[in-house]
Amino acid sequence: MIYKIYMKIKEIAKLLDATFITGEQLAESEIDFAFASDLMSDVLTLKQADRILLITGLCNIQTIRTAEMANVEVVLFVRNKNVTNEMIEIAEEENMVLLQCKYSMFRAVGMLYVQGLQPVY
Amino acid sequence: MHFEYTIIENDFANAGTASSAIKKTLKQLNIDSAKIKRVVVAVYEAEVNAIAHAYGGTIYVDIDGEQIVVRIADKGPGIPDVALAMQEGYSTASPKVREMGFGAGMGLPNIKNNVDKLDIKTEINVGTEITMAVKF
Ligand SMILES: Nc1ncnc2c1ncn2[C@@H]1O[C@H](COP(=O)(O)OP(=O)(O)O)[C@@H](O)[C@H]1O
Ligand SMILES: [Mg+2]
Repeated sequence: MIYKIYMKIKEIAKLLDATFITGEQLAESEIDFAFASDLMSDVLTLKQADRILLITGLCNIQTIRTAEMANVEVVLFVRNKNVTNEMIEIAEEENMVLLQCKYSMFRAVGMLYVQGLQPVY
Repeated sequence: MHFEYTIIENDFANAGTASSAIKKTLKQLNIDSAKIKRVVVAVYEAEVNAIAHAYGGTIYVDIDGEQIVVRIADKGPGIPDVALAMQEGYSTASPKVREMGFGAGMGLPNIKNNVDKLDIKTEINVGTEITMAVKF
């Protein structure tokens, strides 16, 4: 059986009790794949795919730049990291959705995985 | 088309501004998005290297109907052993660079994987010049 699993961004946010920092207007958009890493060089090795969610604990300007170069449309910061205005500015310019949740990386990833969200690799 | 961007020493906050500008230009030219990604991922890793491992430099971009050629020339310590630096996992990155999410020794191998042509010229205590080309 071949079937396609995706999640709406708003479903992801609801599941993880996450808040939108930017891009709430894109809440109805869908995500096909997820990838979790704090290593930006690792994120930059992802092959081109649409609708990727990055789950990360690294919260700085390089996270946003990396998402921009890697065509990652949604970034979820775990453990309530502090997102700066500079990061928000670039994310808004790039139409990027930034989410923030209080859960740990392990918990957030596990909750999404059991929902059937597909890994990139 | 020819563009130039300056990379300033220690300017970690602006790493990626040149790659970002190149991405916008290629988008306007309607280049395929997978191809744009290959270009900007390679340029971004090189841009980070010029800040992380050297003292800044200049990025020269040439675009014609067939390809994009990007040359990143830095003032820096040079690379003593290029073959070693190209190996995945080799890194001399500082803790500060690792805090930014780099420094795993994956940059140069990933640049090589993404471009059609790569040339590295380097001189100890002078600097490094990385030239990369991606065909459209
Ligand atoms: N522009 C440069 N100037 C001097 N050394 C460099 C430069 N770029 C890379 N290197 C050297 O090559 C190593 C590997 O680079 P890279 O693969 O990008 O990994 P990383 O940047 O994560 O260390 C660096 O740690 C550094 O020693
Ligand atoms: Mg590097």
